[in-house]
Amino acid sequence: MREITLSKAVNEAIAEEMRRDPTTFLIGEDVAEAGTPFKVLSGLVEEFGTERVIDTPIAEPGFMGIAVGAALTGSRPIVDLMFGDFIFLIMDQLCNQAAKACYMSGGKLNVPLVLRTNLGATRRSAAQHSQSLHALVAHIPGLKVALPSSAYEAKGLMKTAIRDNNPVVIFEDKLMYQEKALVPEEEFLIPFGEANVKREGTDITLIGTSSMVQVAEAAAEQLASEGISAEVIDPRTIVPLDEATLLESVRKTSRAIVIDEGHQSFGTTAEIASRLNEKAFYHLDAPVLRMGAMDVPVPFSPALEDITVPTAEGVADNARKLCAGEMIHAA
Amino acid sequence: MAKKTNTEDYLRMYRQMVRIRAFEDNANQLYLSAKMPGLTHMYSGQEAVAVGICDALEATDKITSTHRGHGHCVAKGAEFKQMFCELLGKEEGYCRGKGGSMHIADQENGNLGANAIVGGSMGIATGAALSAKLAKTGDVAVCFFGDGATAQGLWYEVMNMAALWHLPVIYACENNGYSEYTRTDEIAAGSLTARAEAFGIEAHKVDGQDVLAVNELTERLIARARKGEGPFFLELATYRYHGHHVGDINREYYRSKDEESEWKENRDPILNFGVWLTGEGIVSEEELAEIRAGIRADAEAAVAYALEAAYPDVSEVDMHVYAPNDAA
Repeated sequence: MREITLSKAVNEAIAEEMRRDPTTFLIGEDVAEAGTPFKVLSGLVEEFGTERVIDTPIAEPGFMGIAVGAALTGSRPIVDLMFGDFIFLIMDQLCNQAAKACYMSGGKLNVPLVLRTNLGATRRSAAQHSQSLHALVAHIPGLKVALPSSAYEAKGLMKTAIRDNNPVVIFEDKLMYQEKALVPEEEFLIPFGEANVKREGTDITLIGTSSMVQVAEAAAEQLASEGISAEVIDPRTIVPLDEATLLESVRKTSRAIVIDEGHQSFGTTAEIASRLNEKAFYHLDAPVLRMGAMDVPVPFSPALEDITVPTAEGVADNARKLCAGEMIHAA
Repeated sequence: MAKKTNTEDYLRMYRQMVRIRAFEDNANQLYLSAKMPGLTHMYSGQEAVAVGICDALEATDKITSTHRGHGHCVAKGAEFKQMFCELLGKEEGYCRGKGGSMHIADQENGNLGANAIVGGSMGIATGAALSAKLAKTGDVAVCFFGDGATAQGLWYEVMNMAALWHLPVIYACENNGYSEYTRTDEIAAGSLTARAEAFGIEAHKVDGQDVLAVNELTERLIARARKGEGPFFLELATYRYHGHHVGDINREYYRSKDEESEWKENRDPILNFGVWLTGEGIVSEEELAEIRAGIRADAEAAVAYALEAAYPDVSEVDMHVYAPNDAA
């Protein structure tokens, strides 16, 4: 099987779906000739033209609103939001309009729209270009939220998102655009709500999302050399969430750490940990730990920024303590 | 399209204006008699705007509506029964009782829905026009909004794009003089038409109490929008007879009773159109009275029906959060 970058995987997914369905189009800032600052969309305007790869002014609420209206009337827009941090600019259109149109109309209207954006710190971009804000949108009923952890997931989840009849927000890790993974040449889709057991284990479950899947895998590798068997699970979508696979694992291992790059308080880690506590309480030998980003705006200085996100060493350290029966609290 | 000249067209517009007034009078009574959950915003006084514009549209053309949206909904072809059911939260409502007055939508007639966020549908209407352009359907979209919504930044963002891309959208600003409880001249600097013109958008001011003037202008602009000459901006001078919402009863601190009487007695769109119709010999006052009585009876029957209609089953509470996907 060939290896391609996450960037190429996203590009392929969008190109394939745009070929398949003439009602799809791309819209956002510098998506055409520039192909976005990360060059993820390069080449698409040459194939599909400026009618379907639409450059907009720097007006996020405006183009998001236009995409919602287009989605309500027979189009399937793919909206490019240059940085996940800009999601605050489009909150009304995303959360009050797109997320609620189906419900408020009693199912008569629907908004088949993909919002692709990104997350991830440690790029030395400071507090307004480094946030991981997926928990904010996962809180809103009516939205689906996908968090690809490699090029393979990025392609399969994007294709599913484009075919979904609902608004889907995909957060790509902007630090992973140039990372390669095995991606089949032949067509494939990854269904929403199906977690991927990346590594089987018996002593502890490490649930990681997006970039934190790699962190969990590295921690598991380290733990294996010490005789601790860690299971690593990537939920792939947090809405819908594959609770069954997570619960099955935790019932087997009796311990779990949830690792995610969003802020730890009121976040994705809290939601997943809470569900495990509620539904697998009698199987647990230790409290389910949350490991999210520190509750501080992302600092610029590398010396500070690097300590705000969970690391493999930190995960392994907590896992050791949990397995040793030390009742600890999350950092 | 030429100015409408036949009796059928005139009477259809008269009937639609009377239907809106009858709907609102009944909705107000439902509120006052505590039979309606929540509250609502009356369109009475502004009928010539919705009817003049919507009569120029085809069923496949799209509109977006506002929190003051019953008039747009009726004018775009909705039925009383499903509308009253929706206002009362009943299963047979246009949105199965999930939207209510502020979210009523009737997609079969091209009404993409009322919106409880002031200015919230400006992007949606513009996007509907983008869909029409991409799919080459020839449809147009009309975005209804009030003068209060002109303060929202979204309008300027989407006007910019609509002008750049020549989208078939008409921004129809119903200037009823009040932004909630505040006079519009206290919230709007300069001129509204100049704001659209700054984007190179052709802007028109029209008397929103004159249904024929509104209709004639809209028909011309719609025909041009279908040919790719849009977008356009319309400022329609009109007046809201009731308060901001049905509970806004004592409003002398922001507008006088004399001012309200002046509009109701001398500038009422239905009265004045009726006088014109009889003056031109198109129809007699007796025939108009018969039309009004028939519509009143229809509205009352629909209210009676809606009051007795069933609420949705509680099992519907978590239905429609997501649209189903086709089986793979």
